[in-house]
Amino acid sequence: MASVEHTDSQGLAGEDGVRRRDFINIAAVSFAGVGAVAVVIPLVDQMNPSADVLALASTEVDLTAIQPGQAIKTTFRAQPLFVRHLTEKEIAEADKVDAGGLRDPQTLAERTVDGKKQWLVTMGVCTHLGCVPLGAGEGENKGEFGGYFCPCHGSHYDTAARIRKGPAPKNLEVPKFAFTSDTAILVG
Amino acid sequence: MSFPWAEHYTPKHPLTQWIDEKLPLPRLVYNAVGAGYPVPRNLNYFWNFGVLAGLALMIQIVTGVIMAMHYGANTLVAFSSIEQTMRDVNSGWLMRYAHANGASFFFIVVYLHIFRGLFYGSYKAPREMVWLLGLVIFLLMMATAFMGYVLPWGQMSYWGAKVITGLFGAIPVVGEPIQTWLLGGFAPGNASLNRFFSLHFLLPFVIAGVIILHIWALHIPGSSNPTGVEVKGPQDTVPFHPYYTAKDGFGAGVFLILFSILLFFAPNYLGHADNYIEANPLSTPAHIVPEWYFWPFYAILRAFTVDFFFIPAKLLGVLAMFASILLLFFLPWLDTSPVRSGNYRPTFKKFWWILIADVVVLGYCGGAPAEEPYVMISQIASAYYFAHFLIILPLISRFEKPLPLPGSITESVLNRHNIKGEQDALPGMGADPQPSNAG
Repeated sequence: MASVEHTDSQGLAGEDGVRRRDFINIAAVSFAGVGAVAVVIPLVDQMNPSADVLALASTEVDLTAIQPGQAIKTTFRAQPLFVRHLTEKEIAEADKVDAGGLRDPQTLAERTVDGKKQWLVTMGVCTHLGCVPLGAGEGENKGEFGGYFCPCHGSHYDTAARIRKGPAPKNLEVPKFAFTSDTAILVG
Repeated sequence: MSFPWAEHYTPKHPLTQWIDEKLPLPRLVYNAVGAGYPVPRNLNYFWNFGVLAGLALMIQIVTGVIMAMHYGANTLVAFSSIEQTMRDVNSGWLMRYAHANGASFFFIVVYLHIFRGLFYGSYKAPREMVWLLGLVIFLLMMATAFMGYVLPWGQMSYWGAKVITGLFGAIPVVGEPIQTWLLGGFAPGNASLNRFFSLHFLLPFVIAGVIILHIWALHIPGSSNPTGVEVKGPQDTVPFHPYYTAKDGFGAGVFLILFSILLFFAPNYLGHADNYIEANPLSTPAHIVPEWYFWPFYAILRAFTVDFFFIPAKLLGVLAMFASILLLFFLPWLDTSPVRSGNYRPTFKKFWWILIADVVVLGYCGGAPAEEPYVMISQIASAYYFAHFLIILPLISRFEKPLPLPGSITESVLNRHNIKGEQDALPGMGADPQPSNAG
């Protein structure tokens, strides 16, 4: 025990009352803390999407076979994609609505490509909790506004795939896409 | 940690004495669930459900470890490996049905255990920590059950995973990165399936660890009882073994009979036919519902259909659903009545029954499609659920006049059987609205 006291007296610093031992103690524990945090980073990060998942595949869609009033389901980044050929009536219905009064205010023109208003391209992922809405397939329930209807929690989308009723907060997402010809698009 | 009159562990055989000196594990068991643990003499059958929950966990661990021997955690083979277990593996059908229905029975006994605690005020001082640890176990159970349901990689598995991880996506700003991080991709996939399998295997052992803490915390004050009056002397208790090992043994027999009826005669009654269709990311089942034990919470989630105060309906639903469970962590401080047992609280008792009815209604709505009138009923029932804990319970605690409490556990037992004259039976001396902490 005497040696401990001896070391203590060795550790005594000058006028400010801070011992060398306190400094070493705080420095050592802090450094161990920094090390622990550094180890946690890869442990957490390994759960993020891996490189093969992130490798973005762009999807090309041929539009020739889609008649007005029809829609197809395909995939983009492992998630459903809806490509819909709107009829004149559906376009008129979407344009009739005052966009300013909607939950997520957007006009049909803002959600489509200039001059190709009849091609509505959206993710088939309900913005509520991620179900696939109905309405793209023949004979499916299109909801109260004639667009899409999510059966999980009852979200209704209109003919511009804008949220009109139910718990979803946003319109169906329009991914980045471009026309490669008059009858084909490239998504992504 | 125990009452002074608890029986002492005295090994007689030289071998048991030798073990006791080196590693007093038999002593620990003796004092925890043997004759060394004195328990109130008046426990009714509602006190069986803790032991039954432990039994259910053991069934899940045994059948689960066996299922893992035949399961392939890869999206290409997961669904078919379950079917192969069902059709080709010897007794594989039994293991899988026992595991799937065992989860339901685990939740049945845990819900009864929780409502027992709610009625008899088991969450009150000095047992707050027991209640809090119990809620931690409940949360772990929900996480485990959810991840287990994803593993067969059927339609409900896939869409359940998508919807439940979507809950985290509702959090502003960081929500979507969190959802992607949980799934390891933009939608449930191979990475999700593998991590869910790993955690589904790990968490039951974490649950077992928290159960040990739960029992440890319980054994400091000792078990409560139907009167809510604390133990006052040796005449109020009996040793856990053989009295309650026998009573729990009888309960376990009834539990296993009911379990067998479901397991052998209606093994798919609580399941969903859609989960026998392999996961298809392009097609949502017409009616997505979680397993029945999540229905009340699912109803609260879906009750929010319009935005309030600029908070989106989606986030409100998620917040309300988490709040409905987190709220229970504050229960020991919301119910300030010093009387524990609902038997002596006439107003509380009525509202307890209304709460049960409310949760049953929520459960029914949670299993129903998202349409009227179920949405409206869910909204009313959700509002009532929160009102019960945040408004009604504190008000009852303040204004209710409780019935006179018996002077002791023994007195209440003797009065019930009309036995007069024993030293503890002193009718009229019973009013003791502030039970002392004899433990």
